[in-house]
Amino acid sequence: MEKTYTCIICPTGCKITVTFDENHNIISIKGNRCPHGKEYVQQEVTNPTRILATTVRIKNGILPLVPVKTEKPIPKRLLIDAMNVLAKVEVNAPVKIGDVIVENILNTGVNVIATRSIPKK
Amino acid sequence: MIERNVDLAIIGGGPAGLAAAIKAKELGIGNVLILERDNQLGGILPQCIHSGFGLHYFGKDLTGPEFAERLINRVNELGIEAKLNTMVIELNNDKTIIAVNPTDGLLKIKPKAVILAMGCRERSRSAIQLPGTRPAGIFTAGTAQRLINIEGYLPGKEVVILGSGDVGLIMARRFTLEGAKVKAVAEIMPYPGGLPRNVVQCLEDFGIPLYLSHTVIDIKGKNRVESVTIAKVDKNFKPIPGTEKEIKCDTLVLSVGLIPENELSKGAGVEIDPRTGGAFVDENLQTNIQGIFACGNVLVVYDLVDYVVESAEIAAQGAKEYLENGKLPESKIKVEHDKTIRFVVPHYVSGQKDVIFVMRVSEPMENVKLMIEELGIKITQPHVVPSEMIRLKLSRKLISKAKDKITFRIVKG
Repeated sequence: MEKTYTCIICPTGCKITVTFDENHNIISIKGNRCPHGKEYVQQEVTNPTRILATTVRIKNGILPLVPVKTEKPIPKRLLIDAMNVLAKVEVNAPVKIGDVIVENILNTGVNVIATRSIPKK
Repeated sequence: MIERNVDLAIIGGGPAGLAAAIKAKELGIGNVLILERDNQLGGILPQCIHSGFGLHYFGKDLTGPEFAERLINRVNELGIEAKLNTMVIELNNDKTIIAVNPTDGLLKIKPKAVILAMGCRERSRSAIQLPGTRPAGIFTAGTAQRLINIEGYLPGKEVVILGSGDVGLIMARRFTLEGAKVKAVAEIMPYPGGLPRNVVQCLEDFGIPLYLSHTVIDIKGKNRVESVTIAKVDKNFKPIPGTEKEIKCDTLVLSVGLIPENELSKGAGVEIDPRTGGAFVDENLQTNIQGIFACGNVLVVYDLVDYVVESAEIAAQGAKEYLENGKLPESKIKVEHDKTIRFVVPHYVSGQKDVIFVMRVSEPMENVKLMIEELGIKITQPHVVPSEMIRLKLSRKLISKAKDKITFRIVKG
């Protein structure tokens, strides 16, 4: 299989073409102008990860939502599943920035934490 | 009317205003007052819940709310006074400020120096003269962002986005994560308006189609948006007949540019550069009125909040020197550019200070050089795009070689 990625490491935005077999073993990488591009596409082909940032509901807070994020990037394929977990979460005010909202989401070993302090109403 | 004398008044409590206040206080300016019209500090940051902020300034990848909370905590630690719910309604050329809020009523503030940090506003439907009916369901990207991230409403389920600026791209992802279907992002230019990082992580990650050289030519719907018609445009941005595509949707989101919010500045007689929409400034970010400075997105729309903060610190430093000496050294070297570049800020320099220049190119170019002939500077740029600001720091020593002007341009090869 062959796929072209836009490298996002720097503004150059190299178009990097990768060929890989059905087990995502890389056969060739072309188009990168520096080693970072190679690392980037290796990660993208084998295990792309993203930070997920969203909100969860909060009771008795000054606002109806508290913004949250995964403390570390999680596998990209789990983003929607993680959203479904977080859609059912409701916390109580007050919440402090950095508080763990969901521990070890989807067994990724990554916590979801609050990114803003929300005092009580 | 309550009257107040302060050393430094800062109009706006977003990242630029907060960072300017922090720096000013740290430099020893006594009486600093922030005036903020919202009921909270932080400006637009609290609704920008995604990450990607602070890599330069804090050396950490933070979300908007985290970035804001760090600045606000520092403002509180330093005991800086911030008046919330306070709308500045007038700024005069003698720096007198008239403001109003529900507790003080009318306020007259007489600062020795002023920093403008009002940020920018989104271009709206009427600003780009979109045809079609006028149903509910048309939002600017920032409004949609506030509804989803702060207030907890999903403003639509089937969405078309016009414009590929960063906020639009971020909202494409946000709508998708919240369960809405983003059917298309249309961009009138032949290249994306936002950062490549956002094109990849907000559109490509979710298979959202990006239609370059396309615009909206019709909006249908009586009470609510029912469909949006997009079409390909030619070189002169005229829709090409036969390329129309009607997309059923209930929501149209506009991400079609940001404009520095300079009504107050103009009222005071601050001269505005039509290229940036912000003030003409010298290397201290002082406007044509001595003692009035501008920083952040009210000066020029920056790519990154880190650069907004950087400009705020330069303005605070300038204000400090102004307050100490009663004036700043004259900046006699004019900063010019040819048509390969859209703008360069600052507009005047003295040659007595190191200066950080920011600029945007006119169009994407490959394998070019950024040249300043007067200083003998040629810097290789493998790839330049308008969406990525070029930032260049030049030393005092280098700039002092110039006589009366320096000219930035992009040359081939």
